[in-house]
Amino acid sequence: MSNEELKTKITELLPAAAFEEGGEWLTINIEPRDWLPLAQQLRNNDSLYFDYLYCLTCIDWKTHLTMVYHLSSTKHRHNIVIKSKLDRSNPEIETVSHIWRTAEFHEREVYEMFGVNFLNHPDLRLLILPDGWEGKNPLRKDFEDPINMIKL
Amino acid sequence: MFEEVGTTTEGDIIVNVGPQHPATHGVLHLVITLNGETIKKVEPHLGYIHRSIEKMCESLSYRQFIYVTSRMDYLSSHINNHACALCVEKGLQVEVPPRAQVIRVLMDELTRIASHELWWGAMAMDLGAFTPFFHAFRERESINDIMEETCGARLTMNYMVPGGVMQDLHPNFQKKVKEFMQLYKRKIHEYDELVTGNVIFQNRMKNVGYLSAEDAVSYGCSGPTARGSGVNCDIRKIYPYEIYDKLEFDEVLETGGDSFARYMVRIREMQQSIRIIEQLIDNIPEGDFQAKTKAVLKLPKGEFYTRVETARGELGVYIVSEGGTTPYRIKFRSPGFSNLSVLDHIARGSKLGDLVAMMGTLDLVIPDIDR
Repeated sequence: MSNEELKTKITELLPAAAFEEGGEWLTINIEPRDWLPLAQQLRNNDSLYFDYLYCLTCIDWKTHLTMVYHLSSTKHRHNIVIKSKLDRSNPEIETVSHIWRTAEFHEREVYEMFGVNFLNHPDLRLLILPDGWEGKNPLRKDFEDPINMIKL
Repeated sequence: MFEEVGTTTEGDIIVNVGPQHPATHGVLHLVITLNGETIKKVEPHLGYIHRSIEKMCESLSYRQFIYVTSRMDYLSSHINNHACALCVEKGLQVEVPPRAQVIRVLMDELTRIASHELWWGAMAMDLGAFTPFFHAFRERESINDIMEETCGARLTMNYMVPGGVMQDLHPNFQKKVKEFMQLYKRKIHEYDELVTGNVIFQNRMKNVGYLSAEDAVSYGCSGPTARGSGVNCDIRKIYPYEIYDKLEFDEVLETGGDSFARYMVRIREMQQSIRIIEQLIDNIPEGDFQAKTKAVLKLPKGEFYTRVETARGELGVYIVSEGGTTPYRIKFRSPGFSNLSVLDHIARGSKLGDLVAMMGTLDLVIPDIDR
């Protein structure tokens, strides 16, 4: 499907979706509470069929966090980017690890690096950081580590 | 939906493999729950070589950050650099001269062969065959020599820069590559004679670590791991970059889904790489090897994503720019990270001895997973 067709289709599924212009792929901004139902539609709808979640990450904008999901379809070969704004002091979003199994590891990484709490995640523990790690999340912009970080 | 995680019943044994274990090829720690000899659960513990490359890149300029990425997947360092250079070029909208494009593809394919050679030798060694390692390194050595002459390094090349490549090819390059290909073609049958056709080897690889096409996609697998299950995922074919759409080569697919299928994909992929090099080595266009770019690069405000096919699979580079000289946020979608996540799924229910055969054919490079 072309970007225009995708746009029409997704507006049908989620009228509240806000589209972002200028990117290479169709980019959609959604509210965190809309994510799980939309994700199920994106994965299971035959004309969309986004079965490959190839990138899941988060961006710290200092005022808020943004979750970014890059999806593509192995059947239709179209791509889509989903973004969701999260509250920085209490970031929460539903997990999609039961829809795309790769999300399980990627969400654990975002959990420890950004402190995003994935609701209903089966195994939300530290993955890369050492056991007993306490304190701030390393990839947030206000993270300081005077011993290991050298300012250039 | 999910099988229960973290439960052990009486009689279960917990076995730690790694962080220092010869079969993990790096500092990977696996906590394995065993019932007798049967694997109930494999739980990877990462982070022993985590350097937070993504954080580091936030304070480095668009010219500097490429050097750090050679240290991710050190066996595909050219291809990592290539992905980053492509992403910066996408932001700058720079046209890369044809000569540079051809040089880049040649280097990528040589790297792919070198990487698969090392994988082949190391994997056979994990299974107990020591000789293939020396055979593999004999050929890999000549690739490293070619790289050393042109790039000045044998492992972390840092040869690709935004706009092209750092310097022109060494005058010996064409001659040496042709010599290498002659040597390779003379020796390739040894690989099959030594390992592929060996009955003991086949018994250890066939029907081990089965991964269905659906699961491969769901777990985000890419590269030979997914192609062994019959998933079309070669980025060079489906989202071509540089000159790959003008080249003649086949996407290698196997449908077995087991360790042997993944093994065959890599073996056949080396021959496809040879095919690409053969098409290009006598047709390197004359001209500039680098486009003219400003001394200080500034990407416009926005987001840029590129993906390339490394020896292990799909590497994605995601740059978020605020218009400055350094990236605001950078994310590397490394193939190894997703490929590792499938290990627990394919290992459950099989014997501990087969775990090495599965890990070997996932081709894990730990710095690529930890970043």
